[in-house]
Amino acid sequence: MALDEIKIGGLGASRRRVEDNRFIRGKGNYVDDIVLPGMLHMELLRSPVAHARIKSIDVSKAYEIPGVRLVLTGEMMAARNLAWMPTLSYDTQAVLATDKVRFQGQEVAAVIADDPYIAKDACQAIVVEYEQLPVIVNPFQAMEAGSEVIRDDKENQPGNKVFDWEIGDKAATDKAFAEADVISKMELHYPRSHPSPMETCGSIADFNRATGKLTVYMTSQAPHIVRAAVAMVAELPEHMIRIVSPDLGGGFGNKVPIYPGYVVSILASILTERPVKWIEDKTGNLISTGFGRDVYLQGEMALRKDGKMLGMRMKTISDHGAFYADAQPSKFKIGLMHSAFAAYDLPAAHLESVGYYTNKAPGGVAYRCSFRVTEAMFFQERMVHAAANDLGMDQAEFRRINLVKDDMFPYRTAFGFLTDSGQYGKCLDIGMKAIGYDTYKAEQAEARSRGKLLGIGISTMTEPLGAGNSREYDILGIKMFDSAELRVHMTGKAILRTGAMNQGQGHQTTWAQIVAHELGIPADDVTVEEGDTDTAPFGMGTYASRSTPVAGAAVAMVARKIRAKARKIAAHLLEVSEEDIEWELGRFYVRSNKERGVTIQDCALAAYSNMPDGMEPGLENNAYYDPPNLTWPFAAYFVKVEVDAETGVWDVLKVVAVDDCGVRINPMVVEGQIMGGLTEAYAMASMQYQTYDEEGNCIGSNYMDYLLPTAWETPGFELHEVVTPCPHHPIGAKGVGECATVAGPAAFVNAVVDALGHLGVRNIDMPMMPNRVYEALTTGKDISGMPPVKMGD
Amino acid sequence: MYPSRFGYESPKTVEEAVALLDAHAGEAKVLAGGQSLVPMMRLRFAAPEMIVDINGIEGLRYHRVEKDGSIRIGALCRHEDLEADDAVAKAVPTIAAAAPLVADPIVRTRGTFVGSVCHADPQGDWAATMTALGGHIVAQGPKGKRDIPIADFVIGPFQNTLAFNEIAVEAVIPAPKGVRVGNYLKLERRVGDFATASVAVSLDMVGDTVADAGIALAGVGGRTINANAEASALIGKKLTAENIASVAAAVAAAAEPRTDHRGSADYKRQIVKTFVERILLGLLNSSQKAA
Ligand SMILES: Cc1cc2nc3c(=O)[nH]c(=O)nc-3n(C[C@H](O)[C@H](O)[C@H](O)COP(=O)(O)OP(=O)(O)OC[C@H]3O[C@@H](n4cnc5c(N)ncnc54)[C@H](O)[C@@H]3O)c2cc1C
Repeated sequence: MALDEIKIGGLGASRRRVEDNRFIRGKGNYVDDIVLPGMLHMELLRSPVAHARIKSIDVSKAYEIPGVRLVLTGEMMAARNLAWMPTLSYDTQAVLATDKVRFQGQEVAAVIADDPYIAKDACQAIVVEYEQLPVIVNPFQAMEAGSEVIRDDKENQPGNKVFDWEIGDKAATDKAFAEADVISKMELHYPRSHPSPMETCGSIADFNRATGKLTVYMTSQAPHIVRAAVAMVAELPEHMIRIVSPDLGGGFGNKVPIYPGYVVSILASILTERPVKWIEDKTGNLISTGFGRDVYLQGEMALRKDGKMLGMRMKTISDHGAFYADAQPSKFKIGLMHSAFAAYDLPAAHLESVGYYTNKAPGGVAYRCSFRVTEAMFFQERMVHAAANDLGMDQAEFRRINLVKDDMFPYRTAFGFLTDSGQYGKCLDIGMKAIGYDTYKAEQAEARSRGKLLGIGISTMTEPLGAGNSREYDILGIKMFDSAELRVHMTGKAILRTGAMNQGQGHQTTWAQIVAHELGIPADDVTVEEGDTDTAPFGMGTYASRSTPVAGAAVAMVARKIRAKARKIAAHLLEVSEEDIEWELGRFYVRSNKERGVTIQDCALAAYSNMPDGMEPGLENNAYYDPPNLTWPFAAYFVKVEVDAETGVWDVLKVVAVDDCGVRINPMVVEGQIMGGLTEAYAMASMQYQTYDEEGNCIGSNYMDYLLPTAWETPGFELHEVVTPCPHHPIGAKGVGECATVAGPAAFVNAVVDALGHLGVRNIDMPMMPNRVYEALTTGKDISGMPPVKMGD
Repeated sequence: MYPSRFGYESPKTVEEAVALLDAHAGEAKVLAGGQSLVPMMRLRFAAPEMIVDINGIEGLRYHRVEKDGSIRIGALCRHEDLEADDAVAKAVPTIAAAAPLVADPIVRTRGTFVGSVCHADPQGDWAATMTALGGHIVAQGPKGKRDIPIADFVIGPFQNTLAFNEIAVEAVIPAPKGVRVGNYLKLERRVGDFATASVAVSLDMVGDTVADAGIALAGVGGRTINANAEASALIGKKLTAENIASVAAAVAAAAEPRTDHRGSADYKRQIVKTFVERILLGLLNSSQKAA
């Protein structure tokens, strides 16, 4: 009898998360929980100013404090050729500042002491003399002729420009505009935000002089990449480097880059020959580590009177901070920005992108964003909203006309991506019904008569996940595949290791479900381990919603290899030829006699005790998976709001989310991912942004000023599902980690703008704080944080 | 959290606590709920030599409505104690309305009413509430107790008139002149945020005539804004749409907001005006309904 897949925790089972057992009991094992004998503590001294030349650093007072073991400065790093390190975007980043500080919060010195209190006291005792320089806080200041050059450390650096890039078919796009009946425009700023994981970044470096081995426990979403980078930068042999990521308290992309603190702690351990722990404080995390967005986007859409999209011109101006440290693996300078409009049947498109250095923290693609897909989709859906209005068409109808139809797949987008599957119209229908779309115009009119402003916002998109395929995606030359290794023990229990790195996604739970699905081994019998480079197979880590599309595929593939071997063993045990064997979940049987069979557990035991002649003993294998294409989940989100016309305060009345992420491994985990993402979308739309004053002071340096929504104000979410399996993924999954963060914000903004539409308001930049909404509704003007930039120049 | 080095004492009586403050001549700080002091120590904005923790002193966690309707709030009465109490809600509706808007539920289990008034944060909800209600703080020092009227107590941003060796042991809200009504409205960016603008209104009504009126504001100035003078225009009158509008305008004019990332000065004034109107119109409506 085949097993009941749900009962064994296979595909589709809403199995409780294995990891929660330890998390809710306070038994997690985070970097800061690890205590090594003789361990010292490191604290970083950060720059209080955004741009200044360092005239002198006097550390003598710090050494006077008892318990201080070592003080490191940029000069001392430079002596070891470690003052600068490469970034994941082929730029360089200062480890400890030597010449200048280039953003507030930049690492200037480090104190290593007996305890963190002493280290902090000693940091305060270091005297740094700064000579202030003009500060640049946005790309428009950066591009001004004669503006201060931030990266004067680089040869041949043209002003403050990081890159200048374009993609798409310019001629075809120009032609589309020439033929257009209507041209609709949109410009906006997607503000900077910080992912702000609960756990900050940190490391414990433990260099053992006797063995020559360096072990680093650290908060990394991609431990293998770190090992490779350490091997390159520190010139240590790769087999003598062990990177361990224990439990991570959230990552959201913030823990992909390699930060100065990690590097300094490694050197400190080498110099002191003691383990050195560095745990960043909350302020340090918020002001210095990887952020998301900070892009000015503008564009225009060419349209036919009947609503058909003809072409799209887009331009982005991005703010990368002081170092170009985007952790993005594509060959495209502005990530996957050109995935914009992938859900729409758009014949022609062209994108121009320019990036600039500013005196702000580096690292631009964090925060559940699939390499700038977040900005792309936000702009897309704001543009679509405006275009529908300019045509005088209904929002939903305009989308229906232009969304790619089910029978058009595989569909080549205007920018060259290949989308492969989806039921966009069906998702739209489900969402419209759930939000009550057919009665909302009447409701809106009724509310307006009471002085209340009601609006519905829609956001529909497909986004590319699962980087990558090795042709187009790599990090520092390492191709973007992923891996899994599965060992089935003789009693049929198993251990699975992958090259991904869980940070809240629930890999321990869901990977075991894939094994259960492929082998019929109950998920509870499968241990999942990740994060230790000495034991896990090489992989590129977890970010960009890539784990299920890539590592998850590798899990299925390695399980299939195990099944293939088990089949041979089954034939041997059943004394028939392999061709006469059939498989059902958990069991091989003889085709002619279904009663005669052996379980996968029987095969496992035989692999160690009774293998066929000539067969290698054991039942284990590994698989490296290079996906043939990206995966393309679809999302249709609907938000209904009511705006208080006297205060600008807006309340969310309803949120409906329809997600098609292909086959769902664990529906409960998927829903958790969607709700988390919708919460972040609401956060972006309502309050969460990282802003700076004119002097480059970061305003959001603690949680009183960097606002994250709590359970109190976050609205409830109504979730719906559509399943269109991914045609190229072994189990049909598409990935879901980022859909809601990516597509959600536009639904909220579209809703508020819709509520104010009759007043002539076309745009309110996020976050839509009540004061900004109030200004829009009283003046009828757009609230755009974007200084005017001419199109097409 | 890695604050600077500090000493810690946990006295068992107010007298001992006062003696400790006296001995440390201005370098000691009282620790009540710790919800303002501890964050400042974490950021090293405050680095007191000595912490005098009054949480071990028995008999300070109380609040009671006296027979005459006055209210006494002990130094260790937590925000949540006021939030949960029906007697308070009846006697001083403004306190009941403000309590659930102070900080977040976690902070409210520790933070104290008296500590908040002592802290005198221009954005603090209790200093504004108490300013609208009047009353006084009972201070105890080496020479005994004295009463400090609230208007003379909160004198500037983070400034009160306690001597370095005095502890605020009690806050006293006076008895109403008639029936006390009131409300508190706060615009915050999210739960747990300080006020972008908030308005405390308390009226004592005799029939439908206003016998006493107090209004104070938080978040819209470098200190708690006392708009009792503007509110006094209502005294001896019945509430009408007209006098409500004119008081709202006067109170908005008395605000001293600054433009910042929470909004422009004009916007904050608009919120003050709207909130004063909403509160007073609400009180007018409910009195009409009751009649
Ligand atoms: C996340 C967060 C959000 C908050 N949001 C708000 C908000 O929205 N609105 C608001 O009003 N407040 C807010 N607060 C502050 C909170 O209400 C504090 O509890 C309050 O300001 C201080 O009370 P406390 O008992 O915690 O005082 P403590 O922090 O213990 O002390 C504050 C100061 O007052 C002095 N002090 C305290 N008690 C006495 C006493 N009896 N005699 C003499 N001196 C004394 C202390 O020495 C110290 O200088 C927030 C706090 C946090 C952490």
